[in-house]
Amino acid sequence: MSDIILEMRNISKSFPGVKALDGVNFTVKTGEIHCLVGENGAGKSTLMKILSGIHRYGSYEGDIIVGGEVMRFHSIRESESAGISIINQELALIPELSVAENIFFGHEIMKGRLIDWNETMRQAEGYLKQVRLNVPPSTPMRELRVGSQQLVEIAKSLSKHARLMILDEPTSSLNEEDSANLLNLLRELKQQGVTIIMISHRLKEVVQIADTVTVLRDGMSVCSLDAAGAPVTESEIIRYMVGRDMANIYPVRAEKNIGDVLFSVKNWSAYDPKLRREVLHDVNLEVRRGEIVGLAGLMGAGRTELALSIFGNTPGYRITGGELVMDGESVRFDSPREAIDHGIGYATEDRKKNGLILIQDIRFNTTFANLKALMKGRVISENEEVVQANRLKDSINIKAPSVQQTVLNLSGGNQQKVVLAKWIFARPKLMILDEPTRGIDVGAKYEIYSLMNEMVSQGMSIIMISSELLEVIGMSDRIYVMCEGRITGEVSGAQATEQNIMHLATDTEVV
Amino acid sequence: MDQNKTAKRALAQESVEMLRKNIRNYAMYIALAVIFIVFQVLSKVMLGKGLFLTARNITNLINQTGYIAVMAVGMTLVLIICQIDLSVGFGAGFLGACAARLMTMQVPIPLVILLVLALGVLIGLVQGTIIGKIGVPAFVTTLAGEFIFRGLLTLVTEASGTIPITNDAFNALSNGFVPELFTIGKYHGLTLLVGIVAIALIFVMEIRKRRDMMRYSFETISAPLFAFKLAFFAALIGALTVVLAGYKGISWTIIIVVVIVSIYNFILRNTRTGRYIYGMGGNMEAASLSGVNVKRTLIGVFASMGCMTALGGILYASRINSATPTAGMGFELDAIASCYIAGVSTTGGIGSVVNSVVGAFVIMSLTNGLNLIGIGISYQYLIKGIIFICAVALDVRGRGKKAIG
Repeated sequence: MSDIILEMRNISKSFPGVKALDGVNFTVKTGEIHCLVGENGAGKSTLMKILSGIHRYGSYEGDIIVGGEVMRFHSIRESESAGISIINQELALIPELSVAENIFFGHEIMKGRLIDWNETMRQAEGYLKQVRLNVPPSTPMRELRVGSQQLVEIAKSLSKHARLMILDEPTSSLNEEDSANLLNLLRELKQQGVTIIMISHRLKEVVQIADTVTVLRDGMSVCSLDAAGAPVTESEIIRYMVGRDMANIYPVRAEKNIGDVLFSVKNWSAYDPKLRREVLHDVNLEVRRGEIVGLAGLMGAGRTELALSIFGNTPGYRITGGELVMDGESVRFDSPREAIDHGIGYATEDRKKNGLILIQDIRFNTTFANLKALMKGRVISENEEVVQANRLKDSINIKAPSVQQTVLNLSGGNQQKVVLAKWIFARPKLMILDEPTRGIDVGAKYEIYSLMNEMVSQGMSIIMISSELLEVIGMSDRIYVMCEGRITGEVSGAQATEQNIMHLATDTEVV
Repeated sequence: MDQNKTAKRALAQESVEMLRKNIRNYAMYIALAVIFIVFQVLSKVMLGKGLFLTARNITNLINQTGYIAVMAVGMTLVLIICQIDLSVGFGAGFLGACAARLMTMQVPIPLVILLVLALGVLIGLVQGTIIGKIGVPAFVTTLAGEFIFRGLLTLVTEASGTIPITNDAFNALSNGFVPELFTIGKYHGLTLLVGIVAIALIFVMEIRKRRDMMRYSFETISAPLFAFKLAFFAALIGALTVVLAGYKGISWTIIIVVVIVSIYNFILRNTRTGRYIYGMGGNMEAASLSGVNVKRTLIGVFASMGCMTALGGILYASRINSATPTAGMGFELDAIASCYIAGVSTTGGIGSVVNSVVGAFVIMSLTNGLNLIGIGISYQYLIKGIIFICAVALDVRGRGKKAIG
């Protein structure tokens, strides 16, 4: 019996007004890597929250059976003592504490009533070695990169002697290299007997790593695919996820209408006084009218820094050289307002942190960057505002009962559409999109891509920053690749391959 | 017959729906009504006659609330943008004392008022600049301000101790009434006229708004419900007008508060500045990246707070006909409590100046009522504290549920 570690039987869960899960069955074999996929809102996270006791026993229907025993978890603590450990998408680490303190946070190693620091450090070192993170255990958490922080989370789970580890979107904020390392680590853990459930949107990784893939759709389990025997393909998974065959992940632009140069960055260098280092060095790029320019690179390559330094320089860099040219005119923006007034828009990479005003409704967010367009004298015409917001909501298909819906309650894909609606309403000539499809499902991605195509077909230009190579290749007319604050190359057409871009992004020679 | 029934049911449904949606707004008014009734009953039981709901006491209550009400209006904006101003207590005391000192130097009253308001704005600008440009947290900056203004207040009043204010025009700001031009029976004529004009104004504005919305073919509330809403407003203002007209008429304080609230409400709801304030409170970084000059907005909000502090100081000095060395003690707490009790979000981004003024009335009616029935000051603080925490707890719970649903 022992080859089934977990069985979730007939799980149903409702939130006020929504049935999140409807009779889901989910079975995990001992020692496998089991990927859980599905569109946003399909119920993956809810299912895992039930398993880990975040949604406590009694708030759902159905049975959880771990190692042949029916479990009733009332809290995370109870699920942890059964050997289940969850690592959420938003990491639960404390930046001010050391790595060792974080690993043992909540289950400190005690000697009497005091913390046994020697033992803590010794054991922390062991766990760090196990996850292949080469830093001293006394390093403050905040000094680690996201990729390394993720590893600390895994070390923390190991220290709790987890038999079943749940990872929710572990690679969503990692670059390709860190992702690859993480996947290797997961394989090693599997060898050591840890069972892993991984939620992921990155199907490419799923195909690489999964022994079994379970697809959820609209709160129901669609199927479980055995990948250990015969390999599963991405398009197969996508077909189950969306219930339709998506031959083209990237919509084809009807006609390209690329004009003259709209915007160029020349010899642009910037110094960050807070980090005391140069963040951008001699950057040159240009964007033509009606063109989608991809900006590829690994995390920390300086892409977001470049966007921010152009868009009103809110981080307060010292621009040490170079110039920006818009419509043949040399420009410099001291605030986002000036950039917006000159026809530039910037959709941030983290819509919740600095893209949207979550407690406000769709209407408020849609018009916020261009209230000027609604002014009648000194007064905002609220009726006109509702009309305009409704027009955009319909035209880009934001799924919500009305524009008075609070943005907080929308799904990730719909939130991202509100961000785009805001910038479309501001009518920029050049739109910088920073990770426009991060953390949203396949269906919504397709809609965002189509929307981008529509924007450029109307003469707008787009710079798309993205860490997903296929997306950059699929959508861009030309691609600039950045590494450590420099542009290391420009590719287009047949040269735009994953391999070429990866070499430029890591600044290595093509072999 | 059947049609009649369905129509009635639809109307009932709509009314319930509207009540449900706006329960948070109505809760304030209901709380105020409950407080009024409780004190009326208590005073009847304990003192033999209902003293709370008399023309005299209501007039008194309104004049007493004026200075807290205007400060609560300024504070609402500060709290919406996730900041706080602890300096408004002795700030108001100090600015009131400045007014008194200027008057002893025979400066004409309009100039005194202008100078003091300008000084208030200046103080706000300085504090706002320290917070916005240098980056000292508002809590610290304004706490320092509270110390400094306490010192300054003592300095201004040092020579003479309490500075008496003998100017009738100035004292009328918080104690005076609009002139009685004519009477209708035993009623104050001008007051009735002001009441009628106010009702007419509300009617015109509401009807115009409704017509506008219909022109855009938006959903509007049904005609009977709209008529009921108008009638309700008319009855409320009418009743208040009649009560006031039966005593000494409408006070200057009411006019000042209504003008201030109207201006602020207009700015918050209908202008870009208002949007920027709400947006900044909801997410400062997102607002900044959407083109809002957050530093300038912050400094502006503190300047407005300074101006309201000055006005509060003037009204209070006028109310007690003097400037005392302890004037302003604890005003900041009353102003902040008024806002929170009125549903300004403790995490910023949400709030209404109209509600905050009602919140100020809630707080002051507690003081007034407890005084009336002879409860000692120690128990007054206890009762106020308990009611305050309960009100905010209910509000936080209510919001929490909404966020999940």
